[in-house]
Amino acid sequence: MRKKNDVEHGDAKHGFSDHDCSIGQILRERGVSRRDFLKFCSVMTAAMALPASFAPRVAQALDEVKRPTLVWLEMQSCTGDSEALLRSANPTVAEIILDILSVDYHETIMAAAGHQAEAALDKAIADFKGKYICVVEGSISMKDDGVYGTTGGKTHLERARQVCGGALATIAVGTCASYGGIAAAVPNPTGAVGVREAVPGATVVNLPGCPVNADNLTATIVHYLVFGKIPALDSHGRPLFAYGKRIHDNCERRPHFDAGQYVEQWGDEGHRKGFCLYKMGCKGPATFHNCPSQRYNEKTSWPVASGHGCAGCSEPGFWDTMSPMYKRLPNVPGFGVEATADKIGIGLVAGAAAAFAVHGVLSALRKDKEPADETKED
Amino acid sequence: MAKIVVDPITRIEGHLRIEAEVNNGTIIDAWSSATMFRGIEKILKGRDPRDAWFWTQRFCGVCTTVHSIASVRAVENALKIKIPPNAELIRNIIIGTQNIQDHVIHFYHLHALDWVDITSGLKADPAKTSALAASISDWPNNSATYFKGVQDKLKAFVSSGRLGPFANAYWGHPAYKLPPEANLMATAHYLEALEWQKDVIKVHAILGSKNPHPQTFLVGGMAIPIDPDSQNALNADKLIEIKRLLKKAQDFVEKVYIPDLLAVASFYKDWAAIGGGVGNYMCYGEFPDANGNMWFPAGAILDKDLSKVVKVDQGKIAEYVDHSWFDNSAGAGKGLHPYDGETEVRYTGPKPPYEHLDTNAKYSFVKSPRYDEKAMEVGPLSRVLVAYASGHKETKAFVDLVLGKLGVGAGALFSTLGRTAARGIDCLLNAQQTPKFLDELINNISKGDYRIHANEKWEPAEWPAEASGYGMHEAPRGALGHWIKIKDKKIFNYQAVVPSTWNASPRDAKGQRGPYEAALVGTPIADPNKPLEILRTIHSFDPCLACAVHVLDANGNEMVKVKVS
Repeated sequence: MRKKNDVEHGDAKHGFSDHDCSIGQILRERGVSRRDFLKFCSVMTAAMALPASFAPRVAQALDEVKRPTLVWLEMQSCTGDSEALLRSANPTVAEIILDILSVDYHETIMAAAGHQAEAALDKAIADFKGKYICVVEGSISMKDDGVYGTTGGKTHLERARQVCGGALATIAVGTCASYGGIAAAVPNPTGAVGVREAVPGATVVNLPGCPVNADNLTATIVHYLVFGKIPALDSHGRPLFAYGKRIHDNCERRPHFDAGQYVEQWGDEGHRKGFCLYKMGCKGPATFHNCPSQRYNEKTSWPVASGHGCAGCSEPGFWDTMSPMYKRLPNVPGFGVEATADKIGIGLVAGAAAAFAVHGVLSALRKDKEPADETKED
Repeated sequence: MAKIVVDPITRIEGHLRIEAEVNNGTIIDAWSSATMFRGIEKILKGRDPRDAWFWTQRFCGVCTTVHSIASVRAVENALKIKIPPNAELIRNIIIGTQNIQDHVIHFYHLHALDWVDITSGLKADPAKTSALAASISDWPNNSATYFKGVQDKLKAFVSSGRLGPFANAYWGHPAYKLPPEANLMATAHYLEALEWQKDVIKVHAILGSKNPHPQTFLVGGMAIPIDPDSQNALNADKLIEIKRLLKKAQDFVEKVYIPDLLAVASFYKDWAAIGGGVGNYMCYGEFPDANGNMWFPAGAILDKDLSKVVKVDQGKIAEYVDHSWFDNSAGAGKGLHPYDGETEVRYTGPKPPYEHLDTNAKYSFVKSPRYDEKAMEVGPLSRVLVAYASGHKETKAFVDLVLGKLGVGAGALFSTLGRTAARGIDCLLNAQQTPKFLDELINNISKGDYRIHANEKWEPAEWPAEASGYGMHEAPRGALGHWIKIKDKKIFNYQAVVPSTWNASPRDAKGQRGPYEAALVGTPIADPNKPLEILRTIHSFDPCLACAVHVLDANGNEMVKVKVS
């Protein structure tokens, strides 16, 4: 029934010709001022954790790059990462769609449906083989030949292999696409995994978080456009520019931790005054993410700033290793390398708290698959 | 007779497939299939009930607050916790903002392209577009220069030859009826709404840290502290910013969304006779006050009879799996109440890649919830119909206004167009009511009430050995219920029956169609290869499939064994 490359509808006369326009030129033609363009470059430079002196280089590189093709696949997702993209401010989603990228496939926003939609995907990955960027949202079911996720009658696993396999690079947005996420939590009923595991040969950048911070997504794309390569990654496949530091070390409430000032009860004086949320289960000490600096919704806030602890959502397996959510992180004997550089707060000296060796915590907790009985440490 | 398949249905949340039989240009039968399953239900087993809101929030990132709300309500109901008035008001503000923002995104970004031909707008006269815009609203962005700017931007985009997400659509389809000027105006507002939605949702970021997935809910209240004398709490600065954002939300709804809706609808009045559906409508009620009274009334309408509102009893809800890829220990043709719900997934569909499902057998990962054995539609239309039939003053005024402007009777509401119009009415009601919750909150704070959480039962040591409860919520897409059983301080069983499960449900044991399926029967199809009309009716429900396929059964096999022995 379904025709391959069935693209005679609508835009046939426009085709998909490979234009010579650079992003900078396109933006100028669309009436984006040079000033706004440079402002965008500055914001991106900051998001990539580069010194401000790099901004002109970013601008120059973007001036030269053509509008790249992007396809966005939704697998076992909740669409939260697509929603995050809609909240993106620098650039806005309208700028992304109209000016910066050619988003040739995205089920949540695209006008076409059914076989016409599938034909658009087929065409994009054929015409730009080896050149397009693929974004994946949601985990991929491996169990029972992947029957727990199909689109257009094809399994998500098959789609991932086909589309990620031919991509220049794949960006796994959110914790599900990165590591399997919530669907992969014990007992993982559908055999859900992240893209790296589902498509072992693909070049994958993981941008975990629940949802992804859209600023980190655009910064990753811009990083590629500027430097011609994907950013440096940590051992979990995450860009160092966004996941290189512990939340605890950049947290605005760190001085309260060091001073031994904690929230003891929701709504108490400490809660109202912005004390440390460690005792309420905050997982910031074991979580690598730039939430404290990048924040969300145009830097309006992030969980700790609004009075709730970090859930650890950018860490692999956090659904099992970091829960129960309100249970404080346990004491872990011995300190890792980074802990020696830490200022272990006087709170610890006062016997009120422990400090953490991050990777040790994760591996120690991972064994503990069943949620523990204890909900309170002391 | 042709069987047509639309998969994926785009511009929705999740993975939905529609198969339909078309005869002489009309759909004579249809099947709705959800093609993705995660099984979060099983994963919840044995977890801390206080965490359930955070897990169930991940059912869906579009209606990103709704499962949190239903979940904390269910646990609070089970543990008999009464939350402070401020926490209720903060929840109401979050709910209202979610409804407003979600409905606007739905209208412009998920639904509009079913009615608006963007390419036709390229031919519009900007001066005439300006005149049209000024005739329906005093929204300031209405000059000819403004519309010419939008048109130029579109022309440059099209001339680049790369249409991106607008490629390969049904442009030029004979079912598009708007004049070029209306198309250009709607396209301009499509772009404006993209900007608007990311601003107004900052209400969630201020109150709840971020959106999507605000991290602020607590069993017993909310995590955002209140203290006018602290920079780390809800203070005057933040409250006034919320006020500004809610005003911005209300302005756009009143001056852009509603006028656009009426303008577009006036060209598509034939759709007031298409897409009626099952004819039964249910609403759980929403916006509780300090005494638990609902601002939006609860109730059900049966067989399109607006003269009678039936009281809803959650005990009459049962889920069937006769056409869903699950086993059921109760046996074929039997439904289970959510408290006793169970779900053993068993995929028996065709091996992928496949062309067609076997729709005589099981064909979806969505179960079939029924109320008193009846298929029920939920959503803004149900909310509006129940409120209208209950004599809810504000709702009645807007419904009569919209019907009057379109020159149609109340019977027109039972349709695709009625569903889309009701969403606008619902949005307007939310946009006008939500600032009042903020005023109440400010009033409480000014009296010195800073309480946001009831602490007495936070520690599990204070809980009974066993407890069960339910939490109901009117989400943007309709009636949502969560049911929880707690045993030994852990989740023993957890069930959610969500709006899109009601609406997207496949047939039940009696062969009764689900609401999507019923609404598609009788829909005209001008070109089976370009089934734009299917998208219109399906999108009018605002499908949300990740929500629909959650099938919470924390208990799995053990439950079955207990029942059998």
